[in-house]
Amino acid sequence: MAALTIATGTGNWFSALALGVTLLKCLLIPTYHSTDFEVHRNWLAITHSLPISQWYYEATSEWTLDYPPFFAWFEYILSHVAKYFDQEMLNVHNLNYSSSRTLLFQRFSVIFMDVLFVYAVRECCKCIDGKKVGKELTEKPKFILSVLLLWNFGLLIVDHIHFQYNGFLFGLMLLSIARLFQKRHMEGAFLFAVLLHFKHIYLYVAPAYGVYLLRSYCFTANKPDGSIRWKSFSFVRVISLGLVVFLVSALSLGPFLALFHFSFQQNQLPQVFSRLFPFKRGLCHAYWAPNFWALYNALDKVLSVIGLKLKFLDPNNIPKASMTSGLVQQFQHTVLPSVTPLATLICTLIAILPSIFCLWFKPQGPRGFLRCLTLCALSSFMFGWHVHEKAILLAILPMSLLSVGKAGDASIFLILTTTGHYSLFPLLFTAPELPIKILLMLLFTIYSISSLKTLFRKEKPLFNWMETFYLLGLGPLEVCCEFVFPFTSWKVKYPFIPLLLTSVYCAVGITYAWFKLYVSVLIDSAIGKTKKQ
Amino acid sequence: MEKWYLMTVVVLIGLTVRWTVSLNSYSGAGKPPMFGDYEAQRHWQEITFNLPVKQWYFNSSDNNLQYWGLDYPPLTAYHSLLCAYVAKFINPDWIALHTSRGYESQAHKLFMRTTVLIADLLIYIPAVVLYCCCLKEISTKKKIANALCILLYPGLILIDYGHFHLGFALWGVLGISCDCDLLGSLAFCLAINYKQMELYHALPFFCFLLGKCFKKGLKGKGFVLLVKLACIVVASFVLCWLPFFTEREQTLQVLRRLFPVDRGLFEDKVANIWCSFNVFLKIKDILPRHIQLIMSFCSTFLSLLPACIKLILQPSSKGFKFTLVSCALSFFLFSFQVHEKSILLVSLPVCLVLSEIPFMSTWFLLVSTFSMLPLLLKDELLMPSVVTTMAFFIACVTSFSIFEKTSEEELQLKSFSISVRKYLPCFTFLSRIIQYLFLISVITMVLLTLMTVTLDPPQKLPDLFSVLVCFVSCLNFLFFLVYFNIIIMWDSKSGRNQKKIS
Repeated sequence: MAALTIATGTGNWFSALALGVTLLKCLLIPTYHSTDFEVHRNWLAITHSLPISQWYYEATSEWTLDYPPFFAWFEYILSHVAKYFDQEMLNVHNLNYSSSRTLLFQRFSVIFMDVLFVYAVRECCKCIDGKKVGKELTEKPKFILSVLLLWNFGLLIVDHIHFQYNGFLFGLMLLSIARLFQKRHMEGAFLFAVLLHFKHIYLYVAPAYGVYLLRSYCFTANKPDGSIRWKSFSFVRVISLGLVVFLVSALSLGPFLALFHFSFQQNQLPQVFSRLFPFKRGLCHAYWAPNFWALYNALDKVLSVIGLKLKFLDPNNIPKASMTSGLVQQFQHTVLPSVTPLATLICTLIAILPSIFCLWFKPQGPRGFLRCLTLCALSSFMFGWHVHEKAILLAILPMSLLSVGKAGDASIFLILTTTGHYSLFPLLFTAPELPIKILLMLLFTIYSISSLKTLFRKEKPLFNWMETFYLLGLGPLEVCCEFVFPFTSWKVKYPFIPLLLTSVYCAVGITYAWFKLYVSVLIDSAIGKTKKQ
Repeated sequence: MEKWYLMTVVVLIGLTVRWTVSLNSYSGAGKPPMFGDYEAQRHWQEITFNLPVKQWYFNSSDNNLQYWGLDYPPLTAYHSLLCAYVAKFINPDWIALHTSRGYESQAHKLFMRTTVLIADLLIYIPAVVLYCCCLKEISTKKKIANALCILLYPGLILIDYGHFHLGFALWGVLGISCDCDLLGSLAFCLAINYKQMELYHALPFFCFLLGKCFKKGLKGKGFVLLVKLACIVVASFVLCWLPFFTEREQTLQVLRRLFPVDRGLFEDKVANIWCSFNVFLKIKDILPRHIQLIMSFCSTFLSLLPACIKLILQPSSKGFKFTLVSCALSFFLFSFQVHEKSILLVSLPVCLVLSEIPFMSTWFLLVSTFSMLPLLLKDELLMPSVVTTMAFFIACVTSFSIFEKTSEEELQLKSFSISVRKYLPCFTFLSRIIQYLFLISVITMVLLTLMTVTLDPPQKLPDLFSVLVCFVSCLNFLFFLVYFNIIIMWDSKSGRNQKKIS
């Protein structure tokens, strides 16, 4: 009996939460899965049946391998378990193969890998200072944080319905953040380097890591006013950091550097990089991610419509391709100037810079780092080239850590999360999943808003009337887009309207959250400066 | 309630689990010519929509009673009619007379699942939430935990069909526990008119209300209450049966459809006494039908008599809930023509006493889900059943910490063991025994599940595993019957300080 008690963890709320969400994930197995399912099956097949030299050249399927080498090795290891489930899924030419055993294997592999995520959340909870310990369990910051992370709506639908392996990647990221909080900088840097070689989207937040480690780890002391003491620079620390990053990169990319491709008379590295960074795609995805460019495109559309009405524009000169018609393609703006990849890169850099400066000149410990990291993620989401709507998770998850610490952060977090999660709705467009996404979204939103309100009930209300109004507006928007619109006559003529509305409406909220967070970071560092002086 | 948001979250979890389970396969999917319960429900919509009320229960060229004929009371038929109107609006093919038989499509499945979810949302879930809020003497947190456990009960979620009636019954219990007898009896009459199986619960309702009338004095207030109750019952029945009262033959035909005595002592494999006994002696074939009928009637009656008499003499809301459990359990174990799904009728009252005896209730609810294993496997619901059962178990363990509540006091066996100790002073190991029994029971259930899923039964005995499942569950149920009766009978001795309803 005692063994049973320990095994099931009587009163251990954390394992109950983790087990509960794992069981929910198991229930989601028979739901719809997107083409990403086939993508990962294809990668299993490529890594299993071809030699390493072929991995980044193979192009039988249109879903070529476009993740860094560690992810390819990960698929390679998975494939050796997969062969006991169904040998057929490991055939490169078996396109769109999805037997029930394949489905079970792939789904379970995601669920199993989430163990890492659960562990990372546990470590993160330890870093949260428990000063505000409420008398009840459900009001403790640790409890709220673990629910916000473990039961995160976005992660649930992107990983376990849509199908991707974000869970364990975010696990690595949270773990490295937790290590930085625990002053185990080398481990943190190592984990992040590994993460970068699993999925290169995390490059977005690399500036925050780089600057933080350089400023707060390599310089061992500050002047009394908080500015940098140049003499405290530690060469040993820099070299060891560099060594760690170099070794990890060598392990990942080294084999491809060594492999020689005869027909091109060069090593394979350029090929790998061309797969990882496909700039041939358009500015926006078929469905516009709710960022600055969505607003920009929408403005362009509005201007062109107005221009046509007032006869400023010649209808014959307007390119016909509408951006939301469903194809990833280059898009010509009609009124506003077209955007080039270089322009987005510059915008992103400009957006990131102030936060990096804050981190360098006003280091405020790991919390400051976390805010900078969130800002980096959000800024690149706002201005990046061909951003996916899923990338918003990159900002939401680290932001969860901040939300339980301060009322101001909590309010920004709630706006960001609610709109960001709502913008994921178009990922699931099949009828059976409609109730699931609505129920889960309600579940997460109601919980996050109410619990954070309870946590900060002594401070001023989290939302002003405008924010409340905006968030409540998501409800009517959903009703219009998915319940009313399909029955109107516009469905055939303008099928893209719901997507456009969703994307523009969410873009407003996310831009607002980004702006508010930026302002609060800048003000905080300014206040810090005056206080010190 | 200051924790309203946690309750909302709990309800949403319950709804999410229900919907995800409903994405799985259904009873009789793609199995012509008879299909399964899914087709039965669809067929009823077809019949009630296309035929006049008078022909619903009669065999005719348009209504072949052999093919899923309507055999539920009028309220079910009305509900089907309502759904049929919605179906007609969406796609008339779904309920076209004759041609729609065995209709299966993704959209239609979605529609059927939605009808269940909506019924659940309107009737069952509000009842559960209100019931938990009305529970006395426990903290808000416990109330929410209780609601979570009840909403996660896997048996109900998995069967997913025809549990509309349970909602009504729950409203009945709710009304009575809140002292609104009239409302309670009205709701319960509706429940009976929804599904005749609800008669399992009728006796405790009747005894409790009668006992209450006696207590108030038959000459004064009690008589008034009795008359009022009788009026309510008669009125609600008349209202439901109105279209069938026009001719005597109509009423009789409906009754014949509701109680098919000629179907035999039991069908399939049921975890009751008769089916388990059948392993040793084929009573079904040896004895003539009317003797079987008398035999089952007598044993049922005898097994529930003590609890009912006790309830008439000392009506209390606690005793009422326990009597509901024991009566339904005796019906399930001993009565005629029991279906394995009928165990849900026992599980529902057990859910109601979950907060009072968490350990035993959880155990019972696990066994009850296990007893439906053959049925669930037939519908290819292995994965969701395992997952929901584990979720339920975890919810119970964390919210009630059941393993720490195994003392005699918490099992409500204190007075029983005290009175036994008068004769056997060394009788101190009761709670220890129960703990071991629990372990043994859980281990057998897990092992049997694993064996059923992985092993092929020997050729001579193709039903070996399902019979074993029934047999094991039956043993468990018998133990529970004894346990619940002990609680009921020994209640008053310790229960002098228990609040009794005046």
